[in-house]
Amino acid sequence: MAVLAHAEAGEIAARLRDLALDVALPPHQDLRAPENGLVMLRGRAGGDGAPFNLGEATVSRAAVRLASGEVGFGYTLGRDGEKARLIALCDALVQSRDFGGAVERDVIAPLREQLMVRRKQAAAETAATKVDFYTMVRGEG
Amino acid sequence: MYVAVKGGERAIENAHRLLADKRRGDQSVPEVTLDQISEQLGLAVDRVMSEGSLYDRELASLAIKQARGDLIEAIFLVRAFRATMPRFGASEPVDTGAMRVQRRVSSTFKDIPGGQILGPTFDYTHRLLDPSLAQGFVPEAPATADASTAPTPRVTDILGRDGLIESSPQAEDGASVGDLTREPLNFPADRDLRLQNLARGDEGFLLAMGYSTQRGYGRNHPFAGEIRFGEVEVEFAAEDVGFAVPLGSIELTECQMVNQFKGSATEAPCFTRGYGLAFGQSERKTMSMALVDRALRARELGEEVRAPAQDEEFVMSHSDNVQATGFVEHLKLPHYVDFQSELGLLRKLRQEFADAQAPDAMKEAAE
Repeated sequence: MAVLAHAEAGEIAARLRDLALDVALPPHQDLRAPENGLVMLRGRAGGDGAPFNLGEATVSRAAVRLASGEVGFGYTLGRDGEKARLIALCDALVQSRDFGGAVERDVIAPLREQLMVRRKQAAAETAATKVDFYTMVRGEG
Repeated sequence: MYVAVKGGERAIENAHRLLADKRRGDQSVPEVTLDQISEQLGLAVDRVMSEGSLYDRELASLAIKQARGDLIEAIFLVRAFRATMPRFGASEPVDTGAMRVQRRVSSTFKDIPGGQILGPTFDYTHRLLDPSLAQGFVPEAPATADASTAPTPRVTDILGRDGLIESSPQAEDGASVGDLTREPLNFPADRDLRLQNLARGDEGFLLAMGYSTQRGYGRNHPFAGEIRFGEVEVEFAAEDVGFAVPLGSIELTECQMVNQFKGSATEAPCFTRGYGLAFGQSERKTMSMALVDRALRARELGEEVRAPAQDEEFVMSHSDNVQATGFVEHLKLPHYVDFQSELGLLRKLRQEFADAQAPDAMKEAAE
């Protein structure tokens, strides 16, 4: 599910639309309509000590129930309620025997692949700024 | 005291209309978009998120646009917005040790595991204005290199293994985390409240306070043990789900300041530490915060409290730029009645002074 939180709503929606062309998605309803709020983000003193409140972040959440009974939850940073709803829908579908495999294969796996490519590129750009120390030899040596 | 004054409605309405026009500026110049602010004025957005105490790039960008680039006004707008939203709860504490670092430097060790990584930095630039940026500048694609998979442990963890530095204080079981947005501030304040206060404190104020410790007002001999900037994952224990759900990732800057040692008859001497953490790439802010955090630990470390930066009531009561600007700027609201009474008193005192002088003047005239 972490993969979905890192994706854009449009990307998730597009993957689900493509999936729906192959297999009809089951009927579902909002158990909790998308809702925006705040989560207080915490850090730790010294990085590894007692927690403290750093500041809040906007968060959107939603819950979806499939006609077959599976309940999915969607939480994401930001105020995009539609994204929270799509995550909740995927979460519910992943639990269903009929759709779990297809959602993992056609929605989550490709988005994970995209995320890894982005991260790899960022890591490579960062790595180029790593300092290679060398020692200058002075005097007669 | 100030009193309600009626009669300015039309003037106020027209002033705001004029403000909207001035904010837009010359309409033959393209309007700035929120994406442009977020992408090209990213560090201003980071500052507004940190001091506005709300992580949301889009809202911070909107606030900067609405405030015409006045960052304290933007911070004020963000704070006011957050007050309108319900709170779902608190996140799990983020793990900065697992950060995907984009920058990580230490001034204490040259060879640290994971290396010195400069990332996008102003350091080592010559601070010469660059005319090529005036229009149509297209930067080169960033260089790339093979990324190592070696972990980047915190420098303080490395020092900690040999017991050379004090360990971070751990929370007592079941201890709640203080929240100054919920409870009024009382002194003495614990470290959790102090860190929250500093994290949302004004960068300029903290910079000056931190600088003052370096100049000798509460000196604590700091080294920048480590500064790191990058992305960390956020998890939230959602009650309805029953376990911690991933929310996505945020960018943070962390500064570990390593300071002069303490020791006692029962404890071997070791380095002490100060800590800074803020949203986005906020290096000056987190370094200043770490200096001030260490200075504010004077009481706990048995140091004499003599300088402003060591005085938690002084620092914590004056660090918040929204509070500060509210009180300073309220001086421009009508104080007509207050001022009339002062004026009346002054006239009376002047009359008394003149009366007291009068007999002398008459005496001189007689001679």
